[in-house]
Amino acid sequence: MTENYSEIINEVVEQFGKDRSRLMDITRAVHAKLGYLPEEAIGLIPKALGIHRVEVRDMASFYAFFSREPQGRTVIRLCNSVVERMKGADAVAKAFEKAAGIKFGQTTADGMLTLEYTACIGLSDQAPAALVNGTPLTNLCPADVPAIVQALKAGKSPRELPQARVDLNLRQPGPVIFAPMQRGAAVRRALNMSPEEVIKEMNASRVRGRGGAGFPTAMKWDFCRKAEGGAHYIVCNADEGEPGTFKDRVILAQCPDLVFEGMTVAGYALGAVEGLVYLRAEYEYLLPSLEQCLAKRRSLGLLGENICGLEGFNFDIRIQLGAGAYVCGEESALIESLEGKRGAPRDRPPFPVQKGYKNEPTAVNNVETLCCAARIMEKGAAWFNAIGTKDSTGTKLVSVSGDCEKPGVYEIQYGMSVDALLQLVGGQNAQAVQMAGPSGQCLAPKDFGRSICFEDLPTGGSVIVFGPQRDVLECMHQFLEFFVEESCGWCAPCRAGTTLMCKMVEKVLEGKGTRNDLRQIETLGNTIKTMSRCGLGQTAANPILTTLRNFSNLWDAKVRSEDYVAPFDLKKALQEACAVTGQKPHAEE
Amino acid sequence: MSQQLKIVIDGKEISAGPGQTIMEAADAAGIYIPRLCFHEGLPPGGHCRLCTVKVNGRPVSACTFPVAEGQVIENASEEMTALRRKIVEMLFCEGNHYCPSCEASGNCELQAMAYRLGLLNPQLPYLRKPRELDASHKDIYVDRNRCILCGRCVRASKLLDGKTVFGFEGRGINKRVAVDAERSLNETPFSVTDQAAKICPTGCLTLKRKGWAIPVGQRAFDKGPIGADIERK
Amino acid sequence: MAKPLVATAPFTGCFGCHMSLLDIDDRILKLVELVEFDKSPINDIKVFTRPVDVGLLEGGISNDENVEWLIKFRENCKILVAVGQCALTGGVPAMRNTVPLKECLEEAYLKGPTVIDGKIPNDPEIPILLDKVYPCHEIVKIDYFLPGCPPSADTLWAALTALLTGKNVGLPYELIKYD
Repeated sequence: MTENYSEIINEVVEQFGKDRSRLMDITRAVHAKLGYLPEEAIGLIPKALGIHRVEVRDMASFYAFFSREPQGRTVIRLCNSVVERMKGADAVAKAFEKAAGIKFGQTTADGMLTLEYTACIGLSDQAPAALVNGTPLTNLCPADVPAIVQALKAGKSPRELPQARVDLNLRQPGPVIFAPMQRGAAVRRALNMSPEEVIKEMNASRVRGRGGAGFPTAMKWDFCRKAEGGAHYIVCNADEGEPGTFKDRVILAQCPDLVFEGMTVAGYALGAVEGLVYLRAEYEYLLPSLEQCLAKRRSLGLLGENICGLEGFNFDIRIQLGAGAYVCGEESALIESLEGKRGAPRDRPPFPVQKGYKNEPTAVNNVETLCCAARIMEKGAAWFNAIGTKDSTGTKLVSVSGDCEKPGVYEIQYGMSVDALLQLVGGQNAQAVQMAGPSGQCLAPKDFGRSICFEDLPTGGSVIVFGPQRDVLECMHQFLEFFVEESCGWCAPCRAGTTLMCKMVEKVLEGKGTRNDLRQIETLGNTIKTMSRCGLGQTAANPILTTLRNFSNLWDAKVRSEDYVAPFDLKKALQEACAVTGQKPHAEE
Repeated sequence: MSQQLKIVIDGKEISAGPGQTIMEAADAAGIYIPRLCFHEGLPPGGHCRLCTVKVNGRPVSACTFPVAEGQVIENASEEMTALRRKIVEMLFCEGNHYCPSCEASGNCELQAMAYRLGLLNPQLPYLRKPRELDASHKDIYVDRNRCILCGRCVRASKLLDGKTVFGFEGRGINKRVAVDAERSLNETPFSVTDQAAKICPTGCLTLKRKGWAIPVGQRAFDKGPIGADIERK
Repeated sequence: MAKPLVATAPFTGCFGCHMSLLDIDDRILKLVELVEFDKSPINDIKVFTRPVDVGLLEGGISNDENVEWLIKFRENCKILVAVGQCALTGGVPAMRNTVPLKECLEEAYLKGPTVIDGKIPNDPEIPILLDKVYPCHEIVKIDYFLPGCPPSADTLWAALTALLTGKNVGLPYELIKYD
């Protein structure tokens, strides 16, 4: 076996040029060939690369899609994110367990099937959904499950299943992202200007980053261009992992050309020769069409050497797949991951525009931002900044899911009110709206008149509607569980704080909470928010903190009037000893 | 000599050199900013976040953030002390810290930090998770119950000893210190003379047969609070 | 005015905190002037005779009898003070918390190197062990915490006199110790 492994691994390592920075690809390839990462492989990969075993262990143990245990030939990853559970994922999970005869986290004895849970896979608009060996199955219902399991066990490809279809669900296209485009137009216009002029045009458009933070794109490009380095990089962040977000899925399926167009413009503006797309592992099924699009662009002279005939402008794009980690959506964690390491965010400064990928100046832009950049080049800054509001120019894609009639992607103009959006999606009777996903805020109806824009309610795109019957606090608890799962563990307040906070919230939701417990939860939440190292930790307490503010009535209804209620449960605490010794608890208690 | 610049920490103006971090400037001026994962001679890790200060109202880690002219920095305020105390409380509840039976007691920086910040009793929910103990090495054992994931041993072994004996494994609350071996520490070239062997702030990396060598009263923090050496400057 | 009443409890600990209380030397005479002891192993009073002002708790909570008495202390004492690391955190007895109880019992009574013909005790008179050793504050509300193993006589004196004279119980840096 060892010889066999050794051969396989050496071959893979050779294939990636013995390049340590490609450790992610190497590990992915080995995992694909062996079905998991046995300890032997963890030892052989570093040998072939000339690095330490602990470095491979470090990287491989970080990502959810790498398994250290043998897995079934077919791995079913059922999404159990909040929206999925609202839409019945729990019942689907039970049906899978029943049909497969195993629990989640287990593999069938015949080695055919593994059941696993996974965080949001970008299909909240057609939930419940699962990834089966990377192929998405959507709109699952318990009744379908036995047939699915039977077919997969019989060796059928998941692609042949009737549930293996992803609806585009583009409900409202707008002028910026989803208008028809002419391939190459933006690049050609850019190449008629100097790189400085391109940045100037971007600046005039006042476009800001679409990931949610809203940093002015022109400023980012300008910093990056001016930073000294051996090479400059443009990175497209296609790692949308915020629960309830799926707008990039629609962009990448509908108009990848626009994304690559934007990257090429950026490459020219920054003086980059290489662009990288960091594509989340959950979107691996989009990879073939993306590669096809890149090939097409190469054949048209829109990528490669002397692009559009401009002597010396060489630029190409590589797609790097992730392996399942929400935190990699954070730009510095994404860069670490691109370098084949655990996706732990970096301390800033230095910022990625100064020292990013391979310590060189790097601009990391959201998929949607790059589309905007292409469109600005094509149609001009004046056209762009006539759309939207004063500080939020252009349009915004929102992914709407949850308790509404028409979930999907909407290209709206900045400045639209929450109310108007709810009208549009058929969610008028909403009890609450989760704006910008769990890391954003949970809005009460009193806030529905507010508008979606950087000045008021910024969003990366996730909008989750909670109907009148929904247990909002339980949803917040599940959001917090998500952050516990996705915390990278680098810094203490996020790593320990989210777990401890989760326990404290559970005490309250179990009916054992007091007003003092709520105060303690708030104090802990504020500590996590203020002291954490990156955006994940700084926003992880938001589901709880924003509902303590906006839905204090719900929390008040959960707590008891006593000033102290013990978390302790005597009956439960005695069970273990009674089982061992046969003693019986005294009745008087 | 490059131009000195002025910053203000808790109302006191000090001068700093360009390229210094806030912590370096504060140390030089005799102002102590609490820290656990930072260690002189190693690049900062940014793990513990205890050195978080507010620069013009914005929280940043002093061990990594560069000084700039005119920064107004909040360090030892009641608010920052309370936030730091809460982090130390988290660390006590996350791990399994039994001070009365720990060889590091009295020399432990985590414990000393709790004293300095006035933490009487950690009251967050204790996790009580079993953590692996590795006693395979002849001179040193790793008791992960006491590990606060400061990463000092990881950085020291790689950068000072050139060995990379330690690394991390897993993520989130399951993150742990791993050793560069298939199974345990005795398979690595780790040695008692390594810098990494002397750098643990708690009792996680502990020398065998050396416990309780220093009598109570003469241990590192019996004499004065952690940070007193810097404040004496 | 009647002297304030003090009760003390030894839960799962080593009695060291009680010893430390006796260790305040001649100040004990002052203390006796200041307070009267109700239920306490010091005077061997087994039950509460009347409502008590201050209850001092030593030890972690490891069995059902500890729980029962801790709750009685809460019911009978105006102020409860957890004294020493075991009462505060579970302390040394809580070192078993990361080992399943079954394994602990088997090691002690069946597999240990000095065990001959072992049997895990199960007499109904023996208190039933809890799955973990708990700190007092996870079972009842605790008003004050005095850390230490044991808290020094000075700590106990400073805290007690402050409590009994209605002053703020704030421990200076030198008196906060976990060992």
